[in-house]
Amino acid sequence: MERNSEIELRLLIEAIYLKYSYDFRDYSGASIKRRVNHALSQFECNTISALQDKVLHDPAAFMQLLQLLTIPVSEMFRDPSHFLAIRKEVVPLLRTWPSIKIWIAGCSTGEEVYSMAILLREEGLLDRTIIYATDINPHSLEKAKQGIFSLENVRAYTANYQQAGGQCSFADYYTAAYDYAIFDKTLRENVTFADHSLATDSVFSETQLISCRNVLIYFNKKLQDRAFGLFHESLCHRGFLVLGSKETPDFSAFGDHFQAMVKQERIYRKS
Amino acid sequence: MNSATGQPAIEAIVIGASAGGVEALLHILEPLPAGFALPIIVVLHLPDQRHSQLAEVFSRRVALPVVEAGDKTLVEAGTLYFATPGYHLSVEQDRSFSLSLEPRVHHSRPAIDYLFESASDAYGANLLAVLLTGANRDGALGLAQVKQRGGLTVVQDPLEAQVATMPQAALDLHQPDHILTTRGIGRLLVELERIAC
Repeated sequence: MERNSEIELRLLIEAIYLKYSYDFRDYSGASIKRRVNHALSQFECNTISALQDKVLHDPAAFMQLLQLLTIPVSEMFRDPSHFLAIRKEVVPLLRTWPSIKIWIAGCSTGEEVYSMAILLREEGLLDRTIIYATDINPHSLEKAKQGIFSLENVRAYTANYQQAGGQCSFADYYTAAYDYAIFDKTLRENVTFADHSLATDSVFSETQLISCRNVLIYFNKKLQDRAFGLFHESLCHRGFLVLGSKETPDFSAFGDHFQAMVKQERIYRKS
Repeated sequence: MNSATGQPAIEAIVIGASAGGVEALLHILEPLPAGFALPIIVVLHLPDQRHSQLAEVFSRRVALPVVEAGDKTLVEAGTLYFATPGYHLSVEQDRSFSLSLEPRVHHSRPAIDYLFESASDAYGANLLAVLLTGANRDGALGLAQVKQRGGLTVVQDPLEAQVATMPQAALDLHQPDHILTTRGIGRLLVELERIAC
């Protein structure tokens, strides 16, 4: 039984890659397995083979499955001390570049993007910054572009914002309507949202800062190495790489190519 | 293989605990001798806090090296691992750890089920899973899966557990190999390590 489902899982991942070019082959296995099992109940399929049959012949069903395979959990100013450290340690150096390019890799539904944009506006840098916000999930990107978040969540984000060294009232950045907070669209004037896969695509621009938080934990070591390689190639000399609170380049093939700047806050520089 | 019981040699130990868990874990882990050679991987539910001092507290009182399980690091023999608060912890087929921010399971992240199910995929019959005191139902399904794959399962005696809900939920779902007090669990760990190593 168990051997069957392992075979079926591999075949499903391979089928998705061949048919839709989404490459989950080097994702962490335990997490993918859980999410596929969850999808089985959502799709009312008894076996992974039945699910494969469904998504192979029905692109709409695949898009539904994609929502379950990617993990859209994010919050604004997640780990406030991380953003405080960016403000205090990174911003003074970012300022020295006449124009700034930032890549937010795996931006999901945009929480990291708006957090970064708000921080840069308060530091007077947003006007001369271009932000590339990329993800593999088109639905997430669409949500990110809209910049509409539930008001309930925004209350929690407000506390994060204040702890992250926010200088204004967080409510200045959004308009509340019913149960939603609609974020100021001028925050995304210089943001380009784009479909990009760390598993299959290549570097598209030179950047001064890359933020990729809580994305790499879903990759196996081989795919993490690929992502660090892309980041290294994209970053300019002494550019910044900022990661999630439990992620590090230290044990990757690029361990020697990044130097911890604020280790506790996962802020690294290309060495 | 232990010829007396037919049980394959244990290669790793996973432990899940919730309310009352720190005390129960200390009872089990404090008496372990230095040089205890099996890896022990623990999910302990804690109130949300970003910086856990678990590793520090236990390293002062346990003979084994104690670390927080790091993403993509390999499971090393003779080491006591704790799951990072706020993240699910899994063991992959290549016996490295992965972290995840998937939704909470039984209101918990890390969840015991998440660790037990992944470890049972990685170790199959060569796994010992231990479920201790707690006030929810996390771990019951994971423990049943360990048993189904031929692994060894142990539930803390609900009569001894500070909160019996969690061990009782496991007992309602499957018959473990042993129902033991923390003292008995400590002895079993030493015995299994002696056979395996």
